[in-house]
Amino acid sequence: MLEIKNLHAKVDGNEILRGVNLTVKPGEIHAIMGPNGSGKSTLSYVLSGKEDYEITEGSITYNGEDMLELGPDERAAAGMFLAFQYPIEIPGVATMTFLKTALNAQRKARGLEEMPTPEFMKLVREKAADLNVTPEMLRRPLNVGFSGGEKKRAEILQMSLLEPTLCILDETDSGLDIDALRIVSEGVNKLRSPERSMIVITHYQRLLDHIVPDVVHVLSKGRIVKTGGKELALELEKNGYADFVDEKAA
Amino acid sequence: MVAVQETIDQVKAIDVDQYKYGFVTDIESELAPKGLNEDIIRFISAKKSEPEWMLEWRLDAFRRWKTMEEPSWARVHYPKIDFEDLHYYAAPKTAEGPKNLDEVDPILLDTYKKLGIPLSEQEILAGIAPEHRIAVDAVFDSVSVATTFKEELAKAGVIFCPISEAIRDYPDLVKQYLGTVVPVTDNFYATLNSAVFSDGSFVYIPKGVRCPMELSTYFRINEQNTGQFERTLIIADEGSYVSYLEGCTAPQRDENQLHAAVVELVALEGAEIKYSTVQNWFPGDAEGKGGIYNFVTKRGDCRGDNSKIAWTQVETGSAITWKYPSCILRGDNSVGEFYSIAISNGYQQVDSGTKMIHLGKNTSSRIISKGISAGRSQNTYRGQVSAHRKAKNARNFTQCDSLLIGDQCGAHTVPYIESKNATAVFEHEATTSKISDDQMFYCLARGLNEEEAVALIVNGFVRDVIQQLPMEFAVEAQKLIGISLEGSVG
Repeated sequence: MLEIKNLHAKVDGNEILRGVNLTVKPGEIHAIMGPNGSGKSTLSYVLSGKEDYEITEGSITYNGEDMLELGPDERAAAGMFLAFQYPIEIPGVATMTFLKTALNAQRKARGLEEMPTPEFMKLVREKAADLNVTPEMLRRPLNVGFSGGEKKRAEILQMSLLEPTLCILDETDSGLDIDALRIVSEGVNKLRSPERSMIVITHYQRLLDHIVPDVVHVLSKGRIVKTGGKELALELEKNGYADFVDEKAA
Repeated sequence: MVAVQETIDQVKAIDVDQYKYGFVTDIESELAPKGLNEDIIRFISAKKSEPEWMLEWRLDAFRRWKTMEEPSWARVHYPKIDFEDLHYYAAPKTAEGPKNLDEVDPILLDTYKKLGIPLSEQEILAGIAPEHRIAVDAVFDSVSVATTFKEELAKAGVIFCPISEAIRDYPDLVKQYLGTVVPVTDNFYATLNSAVFSDGSFVYIPKGVRCPMELSTYFRINEQNTGQFERTLIIADEGSYVSYLEGCTAPQRDENQLHAAVVELVALEGAEIKYSTVQNWFPGDAEGKGGIYNFVTKRGDCRGDNSKIAWTQVETGSAITWKYPSCILRGDNSVGEFYSIAISNGYQQVDSGTKMIHLGKNTSSRIISKGISAGRSQNTYRGQVSAHRKAKNARNFTQCDSLLIGDQCGAHTVPYIESKNATAVFEHEATTSKISDDQMFYCLARGLNEEEAVALIVNGFVRDVIQQLPMEFAVEAQKLIGISLEGSVG
């Protein structure tokens, strides 16, 4: 279970998160929506331990463990996964090599043996086929020259391979056309399980038609200003974020 | 591959022992007194039972060396070397080394473990005195393996032996080619080497022969005791092919701080030589003290038409590296290639690159250099590409990429380009980059620790060059890159 309490975070001296409270139980899917600049991406980076952010107050615990004490790699080993809004290019490193290195790094951190190569190859091929990731794409350097859709599919492939218990999807729908959105969402839905929680960060309702959340939060100016069921997303779609922005400004 | 490795180790073990027995009668006089004079050179030559002409060659080199000055143009700094304070001849292995692995520096052992080097080979690399080494030959008939190699090569007509043996057994070949690629007076260190060279390898591939094996395994046997002034001569006769692998991926303990090797390659008409090096000498301790100074002259001569020479090197060790494996493209349509990975960390200084000298028509060359600097190191690529006035249609492509890790290191690129023929086309591309914070974070978020992340990103950066290495070297080189960069982040 993830518990965020009164989380405040700064970047370059500007306070972006101003007291976020959020509890995500195993198996739950929480959507976080909000206007541009509300702190959605900051929240995802702070959760996964990016260095540029200064935590001035509050706590993040995952399964009772203080996440703020851990580096990004240790959080990954603890079961966290961030699907990046803008996946990073790693020139010269074949996607397949990257997947193998990441999987074995996590296995090592958890005290497991490296996965034998034949077993690994079989596993990747199965999962890649589901996401329409071709063998040719697996041979290419990770994210280098990938289209928007390819990048997002590669992210979900990593997620399904690493089997995290807490998935954070940062605007996974951005840059996707309808067909790509469907493939990616199906990939995500396949990973739904009673043990696995997800935080789906998005700007638009359309992703939530595919990945149906249990809880929807509205983030504005660094705070969660409203929480509701999936119908809240529809309401936002109709009325926009104006109500929340104004409310905070007042 | 493990089995192959074991075989190599065991062959190596047995060969070193045989070498030892060859010297056993005269063990007291195995170390020449310090300093360099004509008597020392006569001593070295006599030790090797060399013919008179070889001694004269050495003496001539020595007389010329005395008139020369150490070069100072490279971007490396080190205390002045006192050439009178060195031994110019030492026994292959003195018994002063550690007696067992317990006496070996644990840092060294840790590295061996990471590289997955078997125990028997670890002992050899650490310089454990032979009489204390685990007797591996009891479980394995190593002699027969060594013999099998020799027989197979002999069947193909390939000569592969220590150069000291070649001077005695194949004087005509040696006389014909020695010093024809790197002249005696080429440079200060090459001249010194010509005067005092200890040993090295000699290879001759006859006309039309494709050497039946990579000359690596066997070299690693010979390589153990070649000492600090190595001399290698490889001749590929018309239409022949050889791939030669030099070095070892494990860090080597060595008493000699100064190394000045000379390697000469000759490719006759239609011949091809591929020369790959992995260099991992001791780079010095945490303060940068005690590392090897590596001043090497390597040059290949594409003497015949349609010949080809390719250098591939992975340089991770030494406190100072001064090395420019070069190609003289004399024959028409000849091809020179240089693929290099030079990694510097700690206080290492690297000044390395290549020269492509286009003399013949339609000659082409390709340079791919990847320099990685970390810690407080300085890494310089220095390359020369020139076209003689007769070098019609000469072509060169140079790609020179530098990667910086941290903010206390330096990367420098010094290309010299010179064309005296209007039809020549030379291209030079250079980039300098840093591992970005975003790349690091992305890898960390996937569970890689900092060192794993750096190793992965760097391996991606050098992939073009790694692909040029023979398979068995490529895997070891990748691991080595990770190890060399340990402690370079954070």
